[in-house]
Amino acid sequence: MALVEVTHLVKRFLRGRGLFTRGTAVTAVNDVTFAIEAGDTFGLVGESGSGKTTTGRCMLRLVEPTSGSVRFRDTEILALPAGPLRALRRDMQIMFQDPYSSLNPRMNARQIVEEPLAVHGVGSRSDRANRASELLQLVGLAIGQLEHYPHQFSGGQRQRINLARALALHPSFLILDEPVSALDVSIQGQIINLLLDLQERLSLTYLFIAHDLRLVRQVCNRVAVMYRGTIVETGPTASIFSGPVHPYTRALLSAIPQTDPDAPSQRMTFDPATAARVALREVRRGHWAAV
Amino acid sequence: MTLQVSHLTTVFDLPSGTTAAVDDVSFEIAPGETLGLVGESGSGKSVTALSVLRLVQPPGRIASGSVKLAGRELLTLPEPDMQRVRGAEIGLIFQEPMTALNPVLTIGEQIMETLRVHRRASRRAARRLAVELVELVGIPEPELRVDDYPHQLSGGMRQRALIAIAIACRPSLLIADEPTTALDVTIQAQILDLLREMKKTLRLSLLLITHDLGVVAELADRVAVMYAGRIVEHGAVRALFRSPLHPYTKGLLASIPGTTSEHRLQTIAGTVPALGSFPAGCRFHPRCQERFDPCSTLPPPEDLVTPDRGIRCHLYHDGAC
Repeated sequence: MALVEVTHLVKRFLRGRGLFTRGTAVTAVNDVTFAIEAGDTFGLVGESGSGKTTTGRCMLRLVEPTSGSVRFRDTEILALPAGPLRALRRDMQIMFQDPYSSLNPRMNARQIVEEPLAVHGVGSRSDRANRASELLQLVGLAIGQLEHYPHQFSGGQRQRINLARALALHPSFLILDEPVSALDVSIQGQIINLLLDLQERLSLTYLFIAHDLRLVRQVCNRVAVMYRGTIVETGPTASIFSGPVHPYTRALLSAIPQTDPDAPSQRMTFDPATAARVALREVRRGHWAAV
Repeated sequence: MTLQVSHLTTVFDLPSGTTAAVDDVSFEIAPGETLGLVGESGSGKSVTALSVLRLVQPPGRIASGSVKLAGRELLTLPEPDMQRVRGAEIGLIFQEPMTALNPVLTIGEQIMETLRVHRRASRRAARRLAVELVELVGIPEPELRVDDYPHQLSGGMRQRALIAIAIACRPSLLIADEPTTALDVTIQAQILDLLREMKKTLRLSLLLITHDLGVVAELADRVAVMYAGRIVEHGAVRALFRSPLHPYTKGLLASIPGTTSEHRLQTIAGTVPALGSFPAGCRFHPRCQERFDPCSTLPPPEDLVTPDRGIRCHLYHDGAC
């Protein structure tokens, strides 16, 4: 039984709706289906506008999906009333991309990490303070930095605070939305390694949303490639990277800049007009492609 | 030499004191050559580019050094002459194609503006040239697209339009500051191909500023690695990628995901220092695994390993060993 199952998920937005205009429907997520096993790091890859972030937000109902199903530990999330949904969200958390805008500048590190505990009414005031310092140590910050404000931290440290906040309620499932794309190259690895360490120690399951394919290859064991709202290919990371089948995946992989100056450039282009929209079929064991 | 930068120092007068964001930086770019200036945030790579164009804004100012374009000193040039250099002799491509373009002018009008200011071209001639340029940078249906406003174009097409403006006056040098950072990976590949093609057909020298070593490997002939205001290592791309010498360069190359088969990523401990809090001695020493006695006190001098390979690191400095 998978920990998370997303089935036929659809999200339509109305674009350009005003007082006198009805707007046009844009399908950001179009019939997306995938499952994440406990302990996995599942990569959701795609370019801007592919619908990967919207998919992640629909799963927590931070945006309401138009139709489909999201099951977490066999509970249908999309059918939950507000109260039980809130309780369930303790177990499913999200860490956002931008370390500069996702922290409240008027709250210090301790208050930021304590906030989810207070919102969910966990423990007494002193319990929460203890938990906050425990969490900040867990993510590699010093106790002395507890009372510091976001502007006093570097980008990497802010992502550590973001992670501490996401972990405050002992979740088992974490959505990581581009967790390191705003960070310097030399700092990215520190945060990724921290995420991998904590995954082991706390038995976490990750949905890793990213556009950096090199990173996805390194940390994810399963991957789904999204293009214009649909999954065009999904399977074990090794299988996708060594033998991509869908023309879009092939173009995407061939566009990764090579760090070997002697590597022959074998760039492939993808013409959306030539790609027929067909259902996913199994091309190798556990490896599905829309071809 | 198309561009010769020698001992350039650009300082910022901060309340806490005066700090050099660019500290004694020297490099050269030959005709048709691409130099990749690599560094993380705060390394001074963008301030270096702004200094070459004399566009550093207060509290920053160029304190000393020399910048020569085809042998002519730019730092002492009167401002009206410098204005003619910008755009006409040095083209510029910025990171954000949306903010770098004027939203109320069409692509064609923006190209024509450059041509009319610098080349005193007639309206009709400028328009004809604009269409040619739009076609040259690979925008489909150039006669129609030339009348589009920036918001009507995709990110990749906007970056192509910016390149068309930058090369309109046939500059000898193009400065590209993170030209592909805001773009998706497939579009990035197309823009890199376009820059490579433009370099060849127009015999442009290119100063490529980026934090992405992959982009450098794809496009540059030579690389200079900057850290906290100083060039710590430079050399030919192949040599530098094959056998990096400076511990920072080694760390940067190893940090690229996918370069090892291990699950954990290689990292460089610590953080990039902020302007104004650069450590004494070698500025990388607090993060360096190989530091020894002189590193925390003495700034390492530049040593030439081979005639075109330089390094600033006590590990390779004879006197210190």
